[in-house]
Amino acid sequence: MATSADRSSRMSWRRSSSSRLIDNGFVWLTAAFAIGVGVLLLTIAGRVGTDALPAIQKFGLEFLVTSRWSVQDDIFGALTQIYGTLVTSFLALLLAVPVGVGVALFLSEDFLPPRVKQPIVFMVELLAAIPSVVYGLWGIFVLIPVLRPFGIWLNANFGWIPIFSTPPAGPGIYAAGIILAIMILPIIAAISRDALVAVPGELRQAAYGLGATRWETIFKVLLPAAFSGIVGGIMLALGRAMGETMAVTMVIGNVDSIRSFSILSQGSTVASLLANQFAEASGLQVASLMYAALILFLLTLVVNVLAEIIVRRFSMKL
Amino acid sequence: MTSPEFVSAGRGLKRNPKSPRTLFSSVMTVVAFICAALALIPLAAVTFYVVVNGASRLTPSVFFELPPAPGLAGGGFGNAFVGTLLTVGISALMSIPFGIIAAIYLSEFGRDTKLAEWVSFLTNVLSGVPSIVIGAFAYAVVVLNTGTFSAVAGGFALAVLMLPTIVRTAAEALEAVPNEYRQAAIGLGSTRMQTTLQIVLPAAIPAITTGIMLALARAAGETAPVLFTASFNRFWATSLWEPIATMSRLVFDFATSPFPAQQQLAWAGSLVLVLLVLITSVLSRMVIKRR
Repeated sequence: MATSADRSSRMSWRRSSSSRLIDNGFVWLTAAFAIGVGVLLLTIAGRVGTDALPAIQKFGLEFLVTSRWSVQDDIFGALTQIYGTLVTSFLALLLAVPVGVGVALFLSEDFLPPRVKQPIVFMVELLAAIPSVVYGLWGIFVLIPVLRPFGIWLNANFGWIPIFSTPPAGPGIYAAGIILAIMILPIIAAISRDALVAVPGELRQAAYGLGATRWETIFKVLLPAAFSGIVGGIMLALGRAMGETMAVTMVIGNVDSIRSFSILSQGSTVASLLANQFAEASGLQVASLMYAALILFLLTLVVNVLAEIIVRRFSMKL
Repeated sequence: MTSPEFVSAGRGLKRNPKSPRTLFSSVMTVVAFICAALALIPLAAVTFYVVVNGASRLTPSVFFELPPAPGLAGGGFGNAFVGTLLTVGISALMSIPFGIIAAIYLSEFGRDTKLAEWVSFLTNVLSGVPSIVIGAFAYAVVVLNTGTFSAVAGGFALAVLMLPTIVRTAAEALEAVPNEYRQAAIGLGSTRMQTTLQIVLPAAIPAITTGIMLALARAAGETAPVLFTASFNRFWATSLWEPIATMSRLVFDFATSPFPAQQQLAWAGSLVLVLLVLITSVLSRMVIKRR
């Protein structure tokens, strides 16, 4: 838009210098905010790291392999919680991956007319949006009582297998694993479905044209083509499972040592440790909790970055 | 063609339903139906129990009364409801402007640059940071510096949590604005700032709003980040700089309490949170469909 100065002399296509300055300033401002989002991530890592420093200096890497968590003696080791995080996440993946990929196939292939399929897609998405604390409440009052007889039966009949070697105490690692499975299932289903839908239709038609059955097409053509996308989705779900806090805290039992390797026994995770102790912590305990938070941050960071790279590579290929 | 696959060998395209290949396919189809059922059972179970246990306690008065003292009946979660509105409001004030301005760079000026690529990568990574770690960060930055749990600390934690979602949804909404709008504006002599603020942004506002509503509903249900930032308060908070109750924290505390009156409130609170998510999801569906 021409300013009065321009108009007085002759029509000019050049903007006045102040207008150009404002415009460039605006672009720079938006760039600064965009960079700010990235800086925020680094700040989180930096701040949690610095606050963990006293504990890192005192315990070093021993923190990762000792399981004593004693507030009175100021001795801290997070092995119990790291173990709990890994076991519950693994259990969740074991249950959620087959079902999640199954749902993704069900919702990407033409098993159902769109009018029936669309509401199901919506409902599965809704599963992901229900607050974690509501799952926890449901876990305490519904899931744990329902699971109890199964746990007793498993222990009575398969107690010789180490993972079923204790009678269930009510809350426990297996309950946490199942709740986590329910919570990450929509992520696996949604991302796997995206990957499957993105497979070019020609591949499907070619397979059918060669006389393959529907499931031969799925197993030999569609799943291999969508493989990296599905793996990326599973990794994202794993990251989510490792960091999930409330539902796990409410059903896992929160003990501070590894009592047994049985999944029917109680346990704790890094996230549940933080949830339980942070508000009342002081001194070296805060530093140790920050150290634990840093470990959780790094664990999920590695998983999420890998997932991100895998998903990106897959989406570029198509 | 003497394959047993097809009913009348050599002719027709109908498969023999008893051939092993076709049988396998049919069995797997049943398995896929079972998977879908398995996925929907927990959703049905959670909503069923939340509605059944929460509905009877959910009267208008619960939104105005304080929680009952341990062991007593009655009361409500008025303070937690207001506390959730306040913390989520504070987080909205911080994250929405920040997120939208960052999104403008990603979709308008930085498209296909290395910088934008890095920022969107880091944004995705930020959205994967566990919410409890964000809580620990907010504790270190706000609670330790101000010396108290507060609505502001809780709002800050939720803002960090919501930021990546807002950046992503806003950038998507802006990218969906047709390029002709930009070309027309530039052609009329608008600067980039005028084009963005007066043409592109207004066109994307409905979609951005939907994304923000979804993010806010999620944030209202988040518990881990407010555990040790907003903390909890049995009474009405009188300032933004003191501990404040939130719905999600109340559900957590009362779920683990031994008193039935408090457990009932936990169910009613859960119902409120689920309804919030459900209503925003359905509304956003309708907005997206209308376009």
